[in-house]
Amino acid sequence: MSTSTTPGPLLSVQGLRFARNERPVFGPLDFTVDAGQALLVRGDNGAGKTSLLQVLAGLLQPDAGHIAIGGRWTDNHARSRHIAYLGHLSALKADLTALENLRFACGLHGRRAQRSLQAALETTSLTDYDDAPVRTLSAGQKKRLSLARVWLSPAPLWLLDEPYANLDLDGIGLVNQLISTHLVDGGAALITTHGAYAAASVRMRELLL
Amino acid sequence: MNKVGSRADGSANQNPSAADSWRQRGSDDRPLTMHTADDPAIAAPTLLTSARALIARDLRLLWRRRGDALLPALFALMVVMLFALALGGRRAVLAGHAVALLWVAVLLAGLLSLDSLFRGDAEDGSLELWLLAPVPLAWLVAVRTLTHWAATVLPLVLATPLLGELLHLPRAQLGVLVASLLLGTPLLSLLGAVVAALTVGMPRSGILVALLALPLYVPVLVFGAGSAAAFAQGLDPAGALLLLGAGLALALVLAPLAAAAAIRIALN
Repeated sequence: MSTSTTPGPLLSVQGLRFARNERPVFGPLDFTVDAGQALLVRGDNGAGKTSLLQVLAGLLQPDAGHIAIGGRWTDNHARSRHIAYLGHLSALKADLTALENLRFACGLHGRRAQRSLQAALETTSLTDYDDAPVRTLSAGQKKRLSLARVWLSPAPLWLLDEPYANLDLDGIGLVNQLISTHLVDGGAALITTHGAYAAASVRMRELLL
Repeated sequence: MNKVGSRADGSANQNPSAADSWRQRGSDDRPLTMHTADDPAIAAPTLLTSARALIARDLRLLWRRRGDALLPALFALMVVMLFALALGGRRAVLAGHAVALLWVAVLLAGLLSLDSLFRGDAEDGSLELWLLAPVPLAWLVAVRTLTHWAATVLPLVLATPLLGELLHLPRAQLGVLVASLLLGTPLLSLLGAVVAALTVGMPRSGILVALLALPLYVPVLVFGAGSAAAFAQGLDPAGALLLLGAGLALALVLAPLAAAAAIRIALN
């Protein structure tokens, strides 16, 4: 991971607006997130938290507005290589083992230097489950495995949609620890939640939708 | 519903408004650095590594669900047997219709598994990983489609000599039939991929996929079965085979692009 000085905010959003069936979901939004910062997106159910992350990831098309990464305005494809996304769905194959799922994700998205699949399983306390088919894992363990995938990603910007869901207290601590480490390494994160799980040690601003 | 104009921007060159709703938490001011996916130290995926990962994943899944993998072959066998029974089992009648029967059996067997081409990946969220991959989505669609063809249809094409024996197919026609299937069935899979991509966001769309795909399959069936039929009548099958080849070349380029666009539309 390089530690070059940031030319601009890691993420800049200008006038971002999204509507579904002509019904406004959010926006217009203007904000920036610098490297080393995390933004907690909060709001009630249906407030548009997931939609915002999907628009930022390029999975949904905004109605208006611009998104820049590292000071450069980007289209969806150019942006995707800078983003690691944790959605509501696990993106895991139930018939594959934990290790095989991580191997596929790394083949598709690349892997951060000096981070191995085994280390990812150790970090998320899944070492004993490396050969277990994902269908045998609990919902919390699947969430940990999805977090391991994000941890391995070389992308600097993490978009985490309800990362605390299905996790016990240890798991919640794990999420905060992973985010903290990512921020120290020069990354940034947007996290949605309707709970209050983020640890005070995590440098975090809030955006209320 | 969001509060319109909500901001999360703490930079000094923008005017905070009453609608600003972010607040800073944590007090440790670390030096802000940035790492990017352009970093050469990062194991970045290439077209080749992403294709290898997708093929390896699909083959593993195929092995884990090898019972399911046999279903298209069993279905084709049943279709052939039903036709043979319906035609009375007379050798001359079966031999006269063998090429058409085998083409229809292979086509229907391919259609049977078409709906599952992208659906599993859409349902478990894997398709979102595809969309966010730094390689073109069309490339992943092409790899997935051809792997699916190799896993479900190619074994049927390789089993054609056996099925041909069941239908008393004249051995002289076997070469042209297999050549037409080898050119025609990947074309069917690529056309089917566009339809499967268009309907990936719809629940229970199996029948719809068949209804949309079958009209697209007609020209392929006409030229595929026609090439072997022309050969049986002593005519040159090269024209029909070349047309199939041209269609395949065109579909290899255009179908993944169309399917990728359809997936983006379906998931948006």
